[in-house]
Amino acid sequence: MDMTGQYRIGAARDIVWAALNDVEVLKLCIPGCEEIEQLSPTTMTARVVQKIGPVKARFEGNIELLNIEAPASYTIKGEGQGGVAGFAKGSADVTLAEDGDETVLEFTAQAQVGGKLARLGSRLIDATAKKVATKFFDNFHTHLTEKGPTGG
Amino acid sequence: MSTGIGARVKRKEDKRFITGKGKYTDDIRGDNQAYAAFVRSPHAHARVKGIDIAAAAAMDGVIAVLDGKQLTGDGIGNIICGWAVSSKDGSPMNMGAWSALATDRVRYVGDAVAVVIAESPAEARLAAEAVEVDYEILPANAHADRALSKSAPQLHDNAPGNLIYDWEIGDGAATDKALAGAAHVTEMALTNNRLSPNAMEPRSAVAIYDASDEHYTLYTTSQNPHVARLVLSAFYQVAPENKLRVIAPDVGGGFGSKIFIYPEEITCLWASMKTNRSVKWTADRSEAFITDAHGRDHHTTAKMGFDKDGRIVGLKVDTIANLGAYMSLFSSSVPTYLYATLLSGQYNIANIHCNVRAVYTNTVPIDAYRGAGRPEACFVVERMMETAAREMGRDPAELRRLNFVQAFPHQTPVIMAYDAGDFDANLDQAMAAADVAGFAARRKEAASRGKLRGLGYSSYIEACGIAPSAAVGSLGAGVGLWESAEVRVNPVGTIEVLTGSHSHGQGHETTFAQIVAERFGIGLDAVSIVHGDTDKVQFGMGTYGSRSGAVGMSAIVKAMDKVEAKVRKIAAHVLEASEADIVIEGGQVKVAGTDKAMGWHEVGLTAYMAHNLPPDMEPGLKESAFYDPANFTFPAGTYICEVEVDPDTGETEIVQFTASDDFGTIINPMIVEGQVHGGIAQGIGQAMLEQVVYSDDGQLLTGSYMDYAMPRASDLPFFSVHNAATVCPNNPLGIKGCGEAGAIGSPPAVINAITDAIGNNNLAMPATPQAVWNAIQAAK
Repeated sequence: MDMTGQYRIGAARDIVWAALNDVEVLKLCIPGCEEIEQLSPTTMTARVVQKIGPVKARFEGNIELLNIEAPASYTIKGEGQGGVAGFAKGSADVTLAEDGDETVLEFTAQAQVGGKLARLGSRLIDATAKKVATKFFDNFHTHLTEKGPTGG
Repeated sequence: MSTGIGARVKRKEDKRFITGKGKYTDDIRGDNQAYAAFVRSPHAHARVKGIDIAAAAAMDGVIAVLDGKQLTGDGIGNIICGWAVSSKDGSPMNMGAWSALATDRVRYVGDAVAVVIAESPAEARLAAEAVEVDYEILPANAHADRALSKSAPQLHDNAPGNLIYDWEIGDGAATDKALAGAAHVTEMALTNNRLSPNAMEPRSAVAIYDASDEHYTLYTTSQNPHVARLVLSAFYQVAPENKLRVIAPDVGGGFGSKIFIYPEEITCLWASMKTNRSVKWTADRSEAFITDAHGRDHHTTAKMGFDKDGRIVGLKVDTIANLGAYMSLFSSSVPTYLYATLLSGQYNIANIHCNVRAVYTNTVPIDAYRGAGRPEACFVVERMMETAAREMGRDPAELRRLNFVQAFPHQTPVIMAYDAGDFDANLDQAMAAADVAGFAARRKEAASRGKLRGLGYSSYIEACGIAPSAAVGSLGAGVGLWESAEVRVNPVGTIEVLTGSHSHGQGHETTFAQIVAERFGIGLDAVSIVHGDTDKVQFGMGTYGSRSGAVGMSAIVKAMDKVEAKVRKIAAHVLEASEADIVIEGGQVKVAGTDKAMGWHEVGLTAYMAHNLPPDMEPGLKESAFYDPANFTFPAGTYICEVEVDPDTGETEIVQFTASDDFGTIINPMIVEGQVHGGIAQGIGQAMLEQVVYSDDGQLLTGSYMDYAMPRASDLPFFSVHNAATVCPNNPLGIKGCGEAGAIGSPPAVINAITDAIGNNNLAMPATPQAVWNAIQAAK
């Protein structure tokens, strides 16, 4: 299932773009993110805790930024191993459009799981993935609105 | 009350089962017990690039972390399929290598790559989670119909196009010709849904290695411990047979899934030797879903032709059978010799042709599950018959009757020679019991309540015993399918019967004792049935294919014949009479027409004291026999299902289910009815509830009872079960077998009833409310 969403952020596109590439901001905004470490400008390792249906798992994995068209769009892609719980993969295509002083953020995201997560939680995956994606962009929006030039 | 043949004796074994005193494999504790946890692939298809055990090996309680390279390095052989099925071009089946622990590639979610042995189950599990496997994910495919396409990922190098075999039976040209000349041809596409076996007791193994004499003992959840020992020894090189004892203690249900020898038993035995510890593994339910062999998963198109009078002139069937990622022990035989050989059903069909392509997919291996091939055949034939009747405007019962085999023996065009039956008697009995005559009124009444009422038939036949040995051997079986028994009369007259059959719910401790008690005129309590231990029982082929009555009990009868002959000689000698005048009854051995007699217990004592035996007679009273049947047996019957469907929701209720079976001689009607009840419940589960679902990329989506729907009491009506039997002429007791009939006969009856109710013949199993509602909408 593709998940889509749109946010209007009261900040200039360059500021939004910088935040999207800031590890500290990502750490604050990725739901359940316990740790994130930057390996290169476009790759990170992360530890994320997620509960999907009856299965709670700590995922150790990688985050990668690709298809970078600064400051207009990129794809953020993550995949993590959750031990016996299985694995989860997800990606989101994010675009930023200028609209006066504001920025319109649009995303299209997909998620995939395997192993026990698929066996026990398959019916809940779409809902969980949607919740995670929405929470991330909500957090991101809130962060910029509170910290950003127009929100502060 | 009589306890002999035909008596409704309550089960002797139930006392220990219902008081929690059963002793199952997981109840066994070996010396120095350690526990195994398997590291399993979460990917449907991947290359194993590396396994890092360092973190796991350092964890508390961990004794060893072992992988597939070590296993194969120690010479443990690949898991094999023991029934050779060749393609129609004569080439052998393409069996891909299956190591108990994967070495370089995993091919289904659940494929084991390593095992952790630890001091406790919890420590083993924690450490298994810490084993890091570096996977390179490969494209995967879960669906049989996609497996043969060019774009499908290739699972095994020696099986190009994922094809295991392309097999056929029957005369294709003659069948095509018959169909071309038919007055009416019914054509259908039918799917037999994939099922998970769900025995109540999960699989378990306790391996105990004794270094002092390099001897292994394996307690395991097996339907056939001798076959397990044979295969573990001869093919997997775990240990020579004389150094390997296999014990299958109380086993809580099998349904076929405990016939096979799985990676876990092999690994536990090997790990026990590696660590010099007893090693136990017990599956949890989640593990059972991804490791117990699944059943069914056939995709079929079929054409059945009729002449202008409604007589069948030909049947042509084309099936793709999913065998999963690897070939399990008897997987090759299920969609071939256990399936296509039953496509003649109860009918005279001169021309039959069936083509079967078996394929690999990235799913759990598929093998025999209650009925094994015969439910798939029955579903094809009986769905076709009902549909043909509707298309031709004929009464479905009368169309069947018109085509019934009436004269026996009857040779079908697909190997089987039916020996006895009275198909009209079963149909008549079922129709009377189901009050088919009153159905029109019931349908009308249901309509007044807004319900759609439908009635469906299924006249099934199956082949049981899975024998004789020479016949199955000629069809590719790697084993003989006889059975053995030993009857030991003790010095004071009690009897132990050692049987190669294995009871895992069938009630052998009761039924087997009944035939012995009756034969020698002694009480049931004086007879004990011993089974499931390769050190006690001389040999055995085990229990599956509804064979324990027809084959297992026949072996006991043969051994009893020998015991009786010796008893007669002893009694004639002691009582100074002629052997021919000796009768055994009421606990006594008598000289007919006189008052001369000795108690049954005195005969035993005489045999063992050996003070007064006929010249040249050996002391003791113990005889054994091997029995190899002369033919398969052919249980048959008619099932009638009546349903009510709510057209607004698609919810379907089975309001009446009637069975008339022909099982030959029945030893214990209560136990037989119980088998029929259970079989029908499983068949209704397949027809309406159960379905293993994989995502396209091979993730199992139905991995718990949240998503895999098992039948519950509230899903089932009270069954109306009847018996109209003919005696099987090919074994001494006249038994045909009853273990699988319910699961074979019921699915088409249910679907025929629902499709009758909703007026749309296009309905796949499981007929969930959503599926039924969609079919109703499609028919509008």
